[in-house]
Amino acid sequence: MAKSKVLGYRRENGRVGVRNHVIILPVDDISNAACQAVANNISGTLALPHAYGRLQFGEDLELFFRTMIGTGSNPNVAAVVVIGIEAGWTQRIVDGIADTGKPVKGFSIEGKGDIATIASASYQAKEYVQWASELQREECDLHELYISVKCGESDTTTGLSSCPTVGNVIDKHCANGGTASFGETSELTGAEHIVAAKAANDEIRKEFFEAFNDYTKLVFDQKTNDLSESQPTKGNIAGGLTTIEEKALGNVEKLGKQTSFVGCLKPAQEPSQSGLWFMDTSSAAAEAVTLWAASGAVVHLFPTGQGNVIGNPIEPVIKLSGNPKTVATMKEHIDLDVSAILQGEMTIDQAGDALLDMIVRTANGRLTAAEALGHREFVMTKLYRSA
Amino acid sequence: MIHFLVHDSVDNVGVAVVDIPIDADCDGRILATNQSLRSHSREMIPLGHKIALKDFAVGDSVTKYGCEIGTIVRPVKAGHHVHTHNLKTKRWA
Repeated sequence: MAKSKVLGYRRENGRVGVRNHVIILPVDDISNAACQAVANNISGTLALPHAYGRLQFGEDLELFFRTMIGTGSNPNVAAVVVIGIEAGWTQRIVDGIADTGKPVKGFSIEGKGDIATIASASYQAKEYVQWASELQREECDLHELYISVKCGESDTTTGLSSCPTVGNVIDKHCANGGTASFGETSELTGAEHIVAAKAANDEIRKEFFEAFNDYTKLVFDQKTNDLSESQPTKGNIAGGLTTIEEKALGNVEKLGKQTSFVGCLKPAQEPSQSGLWFMDTSSAAAEAVTLWAASGAVVHLFPTGQGNVIGNPIEPVIKLSGNPKTVATMKEHIDLDVSAILQGEMTIDQAGDALLDMIVRTANGRLTAAEALGHREFVMTKLYRSA
Repeated sequence: MIHFLVHDSVDNVGVAVVDIPIDADCDGRILATNQSLRSHSREMIPLGHKIALKDFAVGDSVTKYGCEIGTIVRPVKAGHHVHTHNLKTKRWA
């Protein structure tokens, strides 16, 4: 059995993080340059440039604010500098993050220009990073970590080994009172009956099917062929997968054998209690992990077959693979090798314990392969065109 | 050495867990029951790709994990490679 304690950062609202980032968060695409200049001025800070934030409206705008505020609120973040072109939306994001009790300050560019804004924001970022550098890790329970799960560049070995390994961890983590989330709505096609059977009650099942059917409608409204090479991807197909049904059935191995899911989340929505949650997400890795990080997840478990290299700037992504070729040819990307499962030399339960141990080591400060390699994919989900 | 794994006892394809050469006797295992079974490859089956455990006609369903994963669009004999050239989605067709 793996250790049950981790050394984390307990934030002002009681949530536990495993990293101590000071982030420089742009409200919009045109504030990226100022944010990157501040991060360049002040060591130990991290800018999160992105492509959006202007003229969005409706549900897409709500998702934008949820993603921005959620990213700043994530317990892996110690403090936040927010920079936007104008003061209104900047302040809305600052106020949302401030609800967590963590230090946050906003700066807007109009009426001052980039250079004066960068100077003011840099002074503040310096104060924050020095303050954060004195925060100490403390002993926390493993079950206090909110874990997200999603696979990528899957092949048939993920369904045989790395996804059931994650499922084993989900069963153990949730049985201990932990919180976890899965998603990839379109990639449940062909296995949606298995997911639906895991809903804790009929109302949750109905909510799941609403999200699933809505995504299916999008696929059918927009598709020009059977989506071959998009979903499954060319990498999936090279690894032996053929159809969305086959991919989905391997995917849902991550949900475990005993755990029901206790609710459905909108993209980037924070779980309101412990247990396993479905989140309505894209199946594209960087988009989906960005949504989970914005919902407060502090560690991501990422099974891969053919070798997806994704990382996230604030949520460590732990990669595991059961494909012996990938483990050999892309070893710098793989945190945990579970390929012994394929020859029956390792059980799923043993692999689950090894993954729990890797979660503890990562939480205690071990850099993941993606962190060491500098992968910081921050990709916001956009629902439709701007106004 | 195990050459292929089968998720469920009702599955009609196995997954190669090593590169299987053409015309080879292969040992497999059904994960759900831990039973052993044997097959013989009529094509090369790369690691991760599927080997047919029976003859399929056009329109037959392929079963893996005990569930349908698609429809056969070209005839396939036992021991042959089941992949995107002969198996297509039922759901996004």
